[in-house]
Amino acid sequence: MDKNTTLIKTLNTKLLNNTESKGGCGECQASCQSACKTSCTVANQICESK
Amino acid sequence: MIHKYELNGFHIIIDTNSGAVHVATASVCDVLDYYETKSREEILAILGDRYPLDELSRAFDEIDGLISAGMLFSKDPYENLAEHVKNSETVVKALCLLVAHGCNLKCGYCFASDITDCAGQGMMDLETGKRAIDFLIENSGNRKNLEVDFFGGEPLLNFGVIVKIVEYAREREKETAKNIRFTLTTNGLLLDDKKLDFINKEMSNIVLSLDGRKEVNDRMRKGHNGEGCYDRLVPVFQKAAESRKQNNYYIRGTFTKFNLDFASDVLHLADLGFKQISVEPVIGPESVFTIKDEDIPRIREEYIRLTQEMIAREKSRNPFNFFHFMIDLTGGPCALKRLGGCGAGTEYLAATADGELYPCHQFAGIPEFKVGTIHDFDINNRINKSFSLCNVYSNDKCRDCWGKFYCGGGCAANAYAENGDISVPYKIGCDLQLIRTECAIMMKAALFDSI
Repeated sequence: MDKNTTLIKTLNTKLLNNTESKGGCGECQASCQSACKTSCTVANQICESK
Repeated sequence: MIHKYELNGFHIIIDTNSGAVHVATASVCDVLDYYETKSREEILAILGDRYPLDELSRAFDEIDGLISAGMLFSKDPYENLAEHVKNSETVVKALCLLVAHGCNLKCGYCFASDITDCAGQGMMDLETGKRAIDFLIENSGNRKNLEVDFFGGEPLLNFGVIVKIVEYAREREKETAKNIRFTLTTNGLLLDDKKLDFINKEMSNIVLSLDGRKEVNDRMRKGHNGEGCYDRLVPVFQKAAESRKQNNYYIRGTFTKFNLDFASDVLHLADLGFKQISVEPVIGPESVFTIKDEDIPRIREEYIRLTQEMIAREKSRNPFNFFHFMIDLTGGPCALKRLGGCGAGTEYLAATADGELYPCHQFAGIPEFKVGTIHDFDINNRINKSFSLCNVYSNDKCRDCWGKFYCGGGCAANAYAENGDISVPYKIGCDLQLIRTECAIMMKAALFDSI
């Protein structure tokens, strides 16, 4: 293994705990409205205040 | 809390509280197995015969760096936020309008099991529809973006009223400075050019129901005469998808125990040219096609097979989008949104054709869940309050789950149907959600360097 190669690669560019203080505007879509109607997934919703 | 797994050759580490997602070497993952319980020297002694010492040393350094940066074993800062969510004032921002209780199909798995044959049954009239729009605006507080979904039964059986409701809502938008996004879920049998033009002009999203391969679709999605609808609908839906430039729609299917090889159905839909696809596990009362615990390993294999094919298609520049694999690692919803889930019974309600209100479309018609009417509603009613108390910290199963911020606590209707309690999650739903999350993140890892 190349000694200059990092062993851990982070995929995120934004962390969830940074949204704690400024989130919650409530303008985003209700998650069930978009496609499913039979389950709940929130991580695929779009932030309206991004 | 961290979750570590290996999938498709990738070692992935999810730090639940920060949401950080890492791809690492096997050596890092093995160090993490002991990191919290043993000393560095003890770990080096255990793993020293498996990895070079300098690699293990670098693994420790990188792990320590991520911990310092709050991206590994990060603390939970949200529990107080959950209390805030419980006690905060809610507004209604989304309304599902059950504009037609009847349907021109009689699908085997429909959760509206008392659905009736075609037109004339349970149709919302215009006055009720208008009042529903007024109700939404009146209860939306200072929210600007509102949503109205036309649902059924088959909403196109009541298309004339839909047109007039939308016209009315556009007038009310101007008066109130609201932005109403309309969506519509249809089986497509009545979707002609005229209706499609209106829908494309007014609806921000449409959901088109088709299950996949002809034999799979036609087994469950039949007309009242028993005939399948695949041949008739595929060209209609292809035209609709193209007319929307392959965006802002979903071709939406259901898989059951009868087609546990559902990846073939998703890929079939992609091969038909659809770019926005959602195929989901069946829910509802016990039946011969109900998904059981014993089916989970097979379903997991199918989701993995689907990700592998999607990765290949992405690399060959022929991608499609699968709703349940969408995860935005560059942003996505805030922590507050993820705590509270779908919003059923709080910011999202369903109105029946005669104006009764329920926490969501799946609770419609269950008397003990009626929360009021569009004429008479108190947002602090007992049932709405019970929904507002539900979040990922309100039960131990969610609180201790690594995936809680991806699902928001799951579907209350599925929880009630399975356990008779909206706060006790539906186990199979949880199992499948976690599998899908693992697959979706693995896809991100696989495509990280290639896009």
